[in-house]
Amino acid sequence: MGPERSGIIWRCLAISLIVGGCATRGEDSRVATAPLRAMRRDDTLWLERASFGLDSASVESYRELGRERFLERQLHPGEAALPAPIAAEIAALEISHADPAKWLADVNAQYKLINAMPDGADKEQARKAINDRGTRLAYEAVRRDLLRAVYSPAQLQEQMVWFWLNHFSVFQYKANLRWLVGDYEERAIRPHVFGHFKDLVMASLQHPAMLQYLDNNQNAAGHINENYARELLELHTLGVGGGYSQHDVQELARVLTGVGVNAGDAPKLKPEMQRLYVRSGAFEFNPARHDFGAKTLLGHPVTGQGFGEVEYAVGLIVSQPACARFVSRQLALYFVADDPPPALVERMAQTFMHTDGDIAAVLHEMFMSREFAAALGGKFKDPTRYVVSAIRFAYDGRPISNTRPMLNWLNGLGEAPYGRQTPDGYPLTELGWASSGQMSRRFEIARAIGAGNAGLFDPEEGAAAGAAGFPQLSNRLYFEAVEPFLAAHTKEALNRANTQQEWNTFLLSSPEFSYE
Amino acid sequence: MNEPSMNRRRLLLGSAGLLGAGIAGRLFAAPSSGARLLLVFLRGGYDSTNFLIPYSSSFYYEARPTIAIAKPDPASNTSALALDADWALAPAVRESIGSMYMQRQAAFVPFTGTEDLSRSHFETQDSIELGQPMTGPRNFRSGFLGRLSATLTGPARDNSSIAFTEALPLAFEGAATVPNLSLKNVGKPPFDERQARILSDMYLGHHLAPAVSNGLELRHEVAQEMAEEMSAANRNAINTKGFELEAERMARLMRDKYRIGFIDIGGWDTHVGEGGAQGALASNLSSLGRGLQVFSSSLGAEWNHTVVVVLSEFGRTFRENGNRGTDHGHGTVYWVLGGSISGGTIVGEQRRLVQGALFQDRDYPVLNDYRSVLGGLFRSLWSLSPEQSSRIFAQTSLLDLKLV
Repeated sequence: MGPERSGIIWRCLAISLIVGGCATRGEDSRVATAPLRAMRRDDTLWLERASFGLDSASVESYRELGRERFLERQLHPGEAALPAPIAAEIAALEISHADPAKWLADVNAQYKLINAMPDGADKEQARKAINDRGTRLAYEAVRRDLLRAVYSPAQLQEQMVWFWLNHFSVFQYKANLRWLVGDYEERAIRPHVFGHFKDLVMASLQHPAMLQYLDNNQNAAGHINENYARELLELHTLGVGGGYSQHDVQELARVLTGVGVNAGDAPKLKPEMQRLYVRSGAFEFNPARHDFGAKTLLGHPVTGQGFGEVEYAVGLIVSQPACARFVSRQLALYFVADDPPPALVERMAQTFMHTDGDIAAVLHEMFMSREFAAALGGKFKDPTRYVVSAIRFAYDGRPISNTRPMLNWLNGLGEAPYGRQTPDGYPLTELGWASSGQMSRRFEIARAIGAGNAGLFDPEEGAAAGAAGFPQLSNRLYFEAVEPFLAAHTKEALNRANTQQEWNTFLLSSPEFSYE
Repeated sequence: MNEPSMNRRRLLLGSAGLLGAGIAGRLFAAPSSGARLLLVFLRGGYDSTNFLIPYSSSFYYEARPTIAIAKPDPASNTSALALDADWALAPAVRESIGSMYMQRQAAFVPFTGTEDLSRSHFETQDSIELGQPMTGPRNFRSGFLGRLSATLTGPARDNSSIAFTEALPLAFEGAATVPNLSLKNVGKPPFDERQARILSDMYLGHHLAPAVSNGLELRHEVAQEMAEEMSAANRNAINTKGFELEAERMARLMRDKYRIGFIDIGGWDTHVGEGGAQGALASNLSSLGRGLQVFSSSLGAEWNHTVVVVLSEFGRTFRENGNRGTDHGHGTVYWVLGGSISGGTIVGEQRRLVQGALFQDRDYPVLNDYRSVLGGLFRSLWSLSPEQSSRIFAQTSLLDLKLV
């Protein structure tokens, strides 16, 4: 079939969808009977911001509940149910049944054995086997993240998991973090995404992934390593210019001495030290490595008492107005605008301070603000939002079986999960993602998604099935929530498409699909 | 040599025709004669003290009991390579940067850096890339390479600068849209002329329009270049990889089309287990050195009109820490390489490294402001007027290191 001919056919299809004939998958009968009001431009844009992009289920839920009740449900998702096939895929992952402390012990033991082996093929093979296993476990964590991002009805929760993972960023290729990143997300980040900010800081502080990533497992009395202390102040809580000095960094590093990782047996300690020993999984506070001297942090004296000092110091740090402002601004950068209105950030910071850092309350303030509504349509999607929203839109709830293409695209765009080498996390603004090289790569991904199935329905393991087919983007969702708001240039480009595949590619490449 | 360049010209003509005049053509113009610059940013704060080793300082050996590099000793290839009575080079770059130095094609500027004292990687990288005075408000849309480009080619368009990075670096922010493309993995161009035009047209009037058309065009252009690389590689059986392959591709593009290039390399944040003559830092330095050597040889005669500057956001603590690594410091060592520079020298203001000489008793002091160093180089490279220089680095007195 030549391009012109297929073009005629799909245009017919598109037109017949508008008038409600030519039903596909038997769902178009609902268009005529739906009693709910149509989505306005601000509705679709608002919903795009509060989710990883439109799909029929989220649009339906929004129309049914209205904006504020939709938000309330998103902020308190409870145990949001994933579609059964997705839940089954996740349940089948090895990381869903893991005891990472035990893994860590095993890995350490295996590396010890391997290092003791004589050089040669056996050693190389053993090393490769353990490396491959680490790679597979880290990939499982990525796979779970992506499946949840695409299919969870608790969309805002998934965005917040991404946001906080990025805020408390770790890099899978450091030390043995590949064994830990899944657990880091599941236990340190996910339970606290709408909770109190202090709990997030403490949970990341007590996770072996963070402690190894920023070297605090190496930080001991007399052997100070200030890496984590610095980033805790600069990137996690107060921000550069947040009112701390190099002296505060050094003092916080002393407070953090002894906070580390131990996957093996507990150390032998004198009784008075034993009392102060803290252990949970592979997290350890070892008082024998702690500097018990008096310290001063942010002008406050910190008396030597062991792990209590850490809790006190974190409490002191997160109660600083600078922390409320820094965290509020980061949230507004991700959700509102690249230059967030200072008045909004200030109100969010006030909410943060009045509620002891209640993240849900701060988000409520932000999502229901005038400033948020006024900023709609101007936020450039970062690569994760772009790729996830394209899959949500293209397949609209249909389960994909293979997430590797999505990971490859994120790699190509420079935003792989757990792939940021430096602890500052990925950029939250357009400046980081809209250069010429990235725009052309984005279009290539648009084509991969629009013009074929890109391997998304191949099995995860084994040979590629090579199934043919491409998504139908000129669907009901498109005509309800996208088409009415397209700019003239975009409509023109769509009209110039010769095939449905090309039409899909142009739609996913359009400014409207990259901005929300 | 002649034949490939003929082919290339034909390919370029072909590609310009393919894409049409609307979006093609602007990037293809070769830079007018004059100097080329490649800026290499080592992100993470490389440990300059174990690159350019102050071997005459006993304090150095006291401060680094486990990671110091042994004094020059012709009998040992894990010892440092003596450059003069005080300084020596890491053995990891003996064959690459060391031999450039011996040919007077390399020079070093120790005690260089910024007055930014945040000791934060990100803050300091940003402030260096912006290159603005520390006092006064910051403009995140104005980097020093962006201002240099605009000064050399006019503000409206820039057809001779490129960043070999996944994302456009802050250094290139400015009025013009500078293209960026990582050369790590380059495949076939995905769109034909008609499709590329439709995609560009969709962004007409949009602020991303220049980025969109430049991106499509550059992608096409580089694919053509790589087709040439493939045939050259097959013929000459060149099998480079990693940074060396990227360096070879950079040289190819810069030789033909670009005057100013930028690349960044990560992995220098050696808090733990830095190593000495061998180890983590040494293998990073070795790969960098080999890549830059490939870059210089691939440029051919153009190496004589090219300057490479290697810099980093800060140096590291003079003393090693408790984990056989080093922490964030202050002053560092900048490198200047080039086929016709007056190299083989260590320049700029210096200080003898004894107890009490360190900044805050922990780091190299900054005796040569990076803006003065770079501004002085740019002035000599392109004969800039004082007014032009002050557009690039405002409120800075330029340093003439007499290297170019």
